[in-house]
Amino acid sequence: MNASATLPHTQPVRTGLARTTLLAQLRRVERRKRLRAMALTLPLLLFLAVTFLVPLGALLMRAVENPEVAGTLVRTGAALQHWDRTSAPPDAAYAAIVQDLGAIPETAQAGVLARRLNTEIGGARSLIMSTYRALPLANSATPEQARVALLALDPRWGELPFWWAIAKNSSRWTPDYLLTALDLKRDAQGHIGRVGADEAAFSEILVRTFYISSVVTLVCIALGYPLAYWLSTLNARRANLMMILLLLPFWTSVLVRIAAWIVLLQSSGLVNRFLMFLGVINEPLALLFNRLGVIIAMVHILLPFMVLPLYSVMKSIPNNYVKAAISLGSPPFTAFLRVYVPQTFPGVAAGGLLVFITAIGYYVTPALLGGPGDQMLSYYVAQYTNVEVNWGMACALGSVLLTATLVLYVFYRRFAKSELSLG
Amino acid sequence: MKIKPVILALAATATIALPALAQSELTVVNFGGANGAAQKKAYFEPFEKSGAAKVIAVEYNGEQAKIKAMVEAKKVVWDVVEVESPDLNRGCDEGLFEKLDWAKIGNKSDFQPAAVHECGVGVFVWSTVMAYNADKIKNAPTSWADFWNTSKYPGKRGMRKGARYNLEFALMADGVKAADVYKVLATKDGADRAFKKLTELKPNIQFWEAGAQPPQFLVAGDVVMSTAFNGRIDAAQREGKNLQITWTGGIYDLDYWVMPAGGPNKDLATKFIAMASSPNEQAEYARNISYGPTNNKALTKLDASVLAKLPTSPSNSKDALRFNITFWADQGEALEKRFAAWAAQ
Repeated sequence: MNASATLPHTQPVRTGLARTTLLAQLRRVERRKRLRAMALTLPLLLFLAVTFLVPLGALLMRAVENPEVAGTLVRTGAALQHWDRTSAPPDAAYAAIVQDLGAIPETAQAGVLARRLNTEIGGARSLIMSTYRALPLANSATPEQARVALLALDPRWGELPFWWAIAKNSSRWTPDYLLTALDLKRDAQGHIGRVGADEAAFSEILVRTFYISSVVTLVCIALGYPLAYWLSTLNARRANLMMILLLLPFWTSVLVRIAAWIVLLQSSGLVNRFLMFLGVINEPLALLFNRLGVIIAMVHILLPFMVLPLYSVMKSIPNNYVKAAISLGSPPFTAFLRVYVPQTFPGVAAGGLLVFITAIGYYVTPALLGGPGDQMLSYYVAQYTNVEVNWGMACALGSVLLTATLVLYVFYRRFAKSELSLG
Repeated sequence: MKIKPVILALAATATIALPALAQSELTVVNFGGANGAAQKKAYFEPFEKSGAAKVIAVEYNGEQAKIKAMVEAKKVVWDVVEVESPDLNRGCDEGLFEKLDWAKIGNKSDFQPAAVHECGVGVFVWSTVMAYNADKIKNAPTSWADFWNTSKYPGKRGMRKGARYNLEFALMADGVKAADVYKVLATKDGADRAFKKLTELKPNIQFWEAGAQPPQFLVAGDVVMSTAFNGRIDAAQREGKNLQITWTGGIYDLDYWVMPAGGPNKDLATKFIAMASSPNEQAEYARNISYGPTNNKALTKLDASVLAKLPTSPSNSKDALRFNITFWADQGEALEKRFAAWAAQ
């Protein structure tokens, strides 16, 4: 009836309640749908935030927090602020430390302070604790008397490294844990340099962690690809049965599987005895307590993580592309290589990423099956957490691992995007 | 419809009756293995039989972070824990353990001096010694120099993964007397010397992590000699394996009972510790695993064959040295890090 050129959806709708256009109604409905979707995911987001992001944040904070010295040795830190670090510390510092240690209310806090300083310089623990227990000192009213009394109590108070440790840690935040995790250190003046060769452990350990994980990922790809391909060609019933067999190891604990590998791989174990029975070797092979044993066990444990994403991608590839390529004259194997394999790259990338990231966090497998030169970074995180109880260092190592993983993930995203755009 | 009231009545009586049936429980944590089995026989079963409480035994491998986390969160679920000596000192300094009421535990003079601590009581004396497979080695090694002598005793050696004990053994193999080991190790030259000596043996070392591994390595033939905890070797001997111990130069130490601070069962835990430190129970423990008792009165209750296998017997402790807690508390972290760097080379 209306001969205007306006489109139907912009005409006002004569409803009883509102004269809104169809477009506005559509927008409202879309917004409501979006809000409803967000409300459904909100519990999960909250759960992730509480159980994942908050602890991660706490871990990163703990890697740089330094509250022990700053909280207890307040006056000493102030007294040492203008100290040039090369001559003897001022007498005011001696008086200040006597005051500060005397003001610590409980032994527990003195113990925590002693442990913190001991990670800077070995020997500080016994120095702080013995001084704390000996307080109050007689004849320590003036700063000079305090100095004499302290030196008489323990001559180590005259050594500069202890005072450097206190001066360096007087601020609430410290880069030292992160620096140590990268094999760097700050000298007395605050300049950053590499640590000596006999103390540099962590950069080598980080490289080793990535190397072992890369080898495990590559072996998993080499072994998992044919297996996933074969699984994807089976009919549904047989594929289900094979899948159950593949997932059967998940029903046992990781430690049990590692113990089983020890029984298999040791010098008088089944593998060696079988090979000697066949006559292939005369002396037992060293398959355990070295890198080979670690890689074998890790591949065994992580193989399902590679096969499952690969299988799901391969299942979704239609098989008419390869047939079309062959019908166009391509040799079968070339058709496989150039038509089928590129379509599986997303699966390879996903499986590889999953295996790699899981592998760099492993510590039980190398701890039980590897030599001391095969320990991965998480072993030292566990060592600092449980044995040395130096949680700052453990968090710093964890942060390094987390950063390296995130960097790799960014590279993966770039690479995967370009690969997908090519394919 | 008629069933419902009956069920309600049953449920009501059950909820009223159950608390009366429920016994108080005490969680005791130890290192497990042969040690845990001996503790069960000597300490837990008598304690339960006396009707005081049910004992829940938990195993752990020395992780102090768990105790620290529990105490900081003020939710302590472990009542009594067996800890090693460095952890005792550090935990006591940092306020992780309760101070003991020695009046309830016993007479301090009955115990060995090292077993008396304000936060802990010694459980037993154990020793890290050299063990060897007597089926494979006919002439017994007599010193740590023999452990390093791969031409006289060819084959691999087992050593604990870490700097502790290995540095002392290396210095003793290099000729340092047991009494001087820690003095030498405290200097930079001494530490360098120990690591240099370890490098000599490095191609032949197989490292172990858990206490149960050395007897397993020795029996399997992977190694011909190993450092080991003497009690674990004794347990293997009781199973019929021909493993022998060379006691010279062993490093002995004590494990301690502690109570994490803020635990809910302090009185019950003190009662348990008092019972576990009394002569009869300690003697029974020593009969089940050859770790030395800390209560001297227990020694009179043991016969000569048991006494001969204890680290505390005169012949076994002749050249032994005590693990220096102060030294390792100060230098432990730095030396372990150096060991990690050394292992990577």
